[in-house]
Amino acid sequence: MRALTWHGKHDVRVETVDDPKIVNPRDLILKVTATAICGSDLHIYDSFIPSMMPGDVLGHEFMGEVVEVGPSLRGEGDNAPLKKGDRVVVPFNIACGNCRPCKTGQFSGCDNSNPADKADISEVAYGHAVAGIFGYSHMTGGYAGGQAEYVRVPYGDVGPLKVPDGLTDEQVLFLSDIFPTGWMAAENCGIQPGDTVAVWGCGPVGQFAIRSAFLQGAGKVIAIDHHANRLALARAAGAEVLDYHEVKVREALTELTGGNGPDACIDAVGLEAHGFSPDNVVDAAKAAVRLATDRTHVLREVIMACRKGGHVSVPGVYGGITDKFPVGAFMEKGLTMKTGQTHTQKYMRQLLELIQEGRLDPTFVISHRLPLEEAAEGYRIFKDKQDEVTKVVLRP
Amino acid sequence: MPTDTDAPITPANLVRQPGGDTFVSRAVTIDRSRDELYAFWRNFSNLARLMDNVERIEVLDERRSHWVVKGPAGADIEWDSLVVEDEPGRRIAWRADEDAEIRNSGWVEFRDAPPGRGTEVHAVIEYDAPGGVVGRLIAKLFQREPNTQTRRELRRFKQLMETGEISTSEGPRGAGRHEPSESKES
Ligand SMILES: NC(=O)c1ccc[n+]([C@@H]2O[C@H](COP(=O)([O-])OP(=O)(O)OC[C@H]3O[C@@H](n4cnc5c(N)ncnc54)[C@H](O)[C@@H]3O)[C@@H](O)[C@H]2O)c1
Ligand SMILES: [Zn+2]
Ligand SMILES: [Zn+2]
Repeated sequence: MRALTWHGKHDVRVETVDDPKIVNPRDLILKVTATAICGSDLHIYDSFIPSMMPGDVLGHEFMGEVVEVGPSLRGEGDNAPLKKGDRVVVPFNIACGNCRPCKTGQFSGCDNSNPADKADISEVAYGHAVAGIFGYSHMTGGYAGGQAEYVRVPYGDVGPLKVPDGLTDEQVLFLSDIFPTGWMAAENCGIQPGDTVAVWGCGPVGQFAIRSAFLQGAGKVIAIDHHANRLALARAAGAEVLDYHEVKVREALTELTGGNGPDACIDAVGLEAHGFSPDNVVDAAKAAVRLATDRTHVLREVIMACRKGGHVSVPGVYGGITDKFPVGAFMEKGLTMKTGQTHTQKYMRQLLELIQEGRLDPTFVISHRLPLEEAAEGYRIFKDKQDEVTKVVLRP
Repeated sequence: MPTDTDAPITPANLVRQPGGDTFVSRAVTIDRSRDELYAFWRNFSNLARLMDNVERIEVLDERRSHWVVKGPAGADIEWDSLVVEDEPGRRIAWRADEDAEIRNSGWVEFRDAPPGRGTEVHAVIEYDAPGGVVGRLIAKLFQREPNTQTRRELRRFKQLMETGEISTSEGPRGAGRHEPSESKES
């Protein structure tokens, strides 16, 4: 089959690889009908994510048709196992459904989905082994991803969500990641009716966070970025916008909130924050010589901007170590911080209903559609032309 | 001594070791009953599925099993292992025969986790390889990363008992240099 593989910094290629096979009894094989490139893929593209191996198949946002089913999928009644021909969208994190984290809805903390040999990497790096993710380095399991014609889906009786007739691929594809991610980012803000939520980063995750915050009762959302197209999409959702090249973000936020600061602040940027503030330049220099790995400019800014007692929500991905964490502001202002890879499985069904009710149409975020064969070009423009590109959908 | 668990157990890593043998300790919580976990472990032939270098484990009788470990270039290492303590649903301890090339012993204990949270499995493995060529071979097999072996085995134990399979990312790869992936079938 054809698949998008990683070979090094800014070097991804579509090549021919073996077809995936059923390996474990609860596996499914999916024929991919649509897949997308994520901001998280850019961290791999830019070589910020450790434990990548040349030849790894990327892609964690995908959907398709079930073409093969393992012998022992579990479930009955409404949860009867999927069958050949079913159309499904697949969550980006791999979760077994049986461990305690899975049973308590903490699917991205699944204890079992990271193979025993790969789990060593994160146990050493983070103190505990993290769960598996499709197409996202060997630290998260070394699973082949879905930017491919076919993909093996472990625990096919847990993650994949059957798509009701009458919905297009593009309407449901983002249930795989960015819609639930934006939703959980908003949920982690503990929004009270009328709250003001500030969102750093108007990429796809920020866009869904903005819309989710309104759906969860925010009175005002303030969106921060510097790409005009992305700010325009934020404004279209009803947000007030700040271009961080034009204004001092923290001062502007304080003024827009009557001197209080936002009730909640979302970092939807992550470890590749850009900007020209002194701390970011220092971070970039340190990252270049590997004294620190993550550029945490936005993480610092959200903590400094947030009102006393407010919530800081961090869907943006970090992978390594930083210094100059404003621990004093965090403690003295009594902030609550929540973060994590999204518990996608927990939210898919409820968000599907929102889509069916017409309360949010996720297709707004798509700017480019390309055949899988042109995926490398998709990565290039998503990285280099963010002022034109918001989301690239690939079709095998 | 402060510990990071309230379980009434002497944390294995505080167990004093006579004579400087290598020992490894590790705990994992598994969402299954003590009896189920004990029953799986007590049938030693099951353990081969969890272990990296073990070719096979034959159960000879109630107490005795025969272990065959894969060595480089087909040089298998074999020994008999004897169950020395057996408390159903609670604890199993074993020891290799006196004349085994690798003197090894170990125990595993199954303890109730807080209500509704499954079972804590505590395992300690101790071994002492001789010098010489065989010793070096054994050291390579067992001692290079003794902790690694044990933690992978316990992870697979948990995976198998909770999910019915051993997780693997075996799958398509493009051209490039590759690590072997987990290839234990279940
Ligand atoms: N937690 C999860 O489960 C999860 C899931 C998906 C994505 N993510 C992460 O969310 C983050 C965003 O993803 P995306 O797909 O929207 O990425 P993206 O790269 O398309 O968007 C990031 C946006 O942040 C903006 N930005 C950069 N520096 C900024 C600054 N200093 N202030 C304000 N805005 C700034 C950029 O201009 C860009 O528009 C990434 O880190 C991604 O890895 C996390
Ligand atoms: Zn993603
Ligand atoms: Zn799980």
